[in-house]
Amino acid sequence: MVDQSAVGRTFTPVTARVESGRLRFFLDTLGEKNPVYHDDKAAATGFAAPVPPTYLFCLEMMDSTEPFEFLNALDIDLARVLHGEQRFDYHAPVVVGDTVTFKPRVTSVTDKKGGAMTLIVVETAVTNQNGVHVADTSRTIVVRNARPS
Amino acid sequence: MSAAHPSIGDIIVHKEFPPITRHRLALYCGASGDHNPIHVDLDFAKQAGFPDVFSHGMLVMGYLGQALTDAVAPSRIRSFSTRFAAITQLGARLTCEGTVTELIEQDGEKCAKLALTTKDQNGEIKLAGEAIIAL
Repeated sequence: MVDQSAVGRTFTPVTARVESGRLRFFLDTLGEKNPVYHDDKAAATGFAAPVPPTYLFCLEMMDSTEPFEFLNALDIDLARVLHGEQRFDYHAPVVVGDTVTFKPRVTSVTDKKGGAMTLIVVETAVTNQNGVHVADTSRTIVVRNARPS
Repeated sequence: MSAAHPSIGDIIVHKEFPPITRHRLALYCGASGDHNPIHVDLDFAKQAGFPDVFSHGMLVMGYLGQALTDAVAPSRIRSFSTRFAAITQLGARLTCEGTVTELIEQDGEKCAKLALTTKDQNGEIKLAGEAIIAL
């Protein structure tokens, strides 16, 4: 079981480029037709298209060499994990063509229901190619711990 | 009522989405980079103790984000957070809503706080969240 010693653990930074082709795949998958995201229209007005509000989460997974690194590092079985909470704080726009870097770290570990569940919070600072701190994300993972038999 | 001059109690976000299909989950797996097999591989899901595959929480949050940015330009969203209250099953028809709960000033900016929900066709809350938007 994950314990307090995990707090402060950091994982390999991930650098991802916001590419219009794979962003279009995401937009099409969600049936997103809002013209604000469609690069050709944005290009016509001279501004690069922004990414949708949850897309930072995807970029980090897509360009990670080991998307479930933190689970493996903490010896957590993927089959026992649920997503409990997700938060994004946006400080500056992220647009098509940007290159963003994610630096994740564990900020809390909490046992629930007498140890039946453990909540793990991973906070990630996101910076762009100019060193601008564009966002912070926070994900809470729920681990369904094995019951002692 | 508009997103630019909202009042407390205004429902400024409202959108309905088509039923969640296995095909959608497979597409989202590829489009999002979240390759957790629990959402697309029935054998894996059963072994993990679930009766079937189920939606990525982040697909549902993606729909909520879409509903939000239909009403508010992405550049005006200061924060967006949610709790995944219940698993979203196959076939779920989701409705996303956002209600203005507070008008605040944050970092010298006039902002509105929105309470966000995503419910299925039975009215069960799947996501309960919050956004701060600049006015």
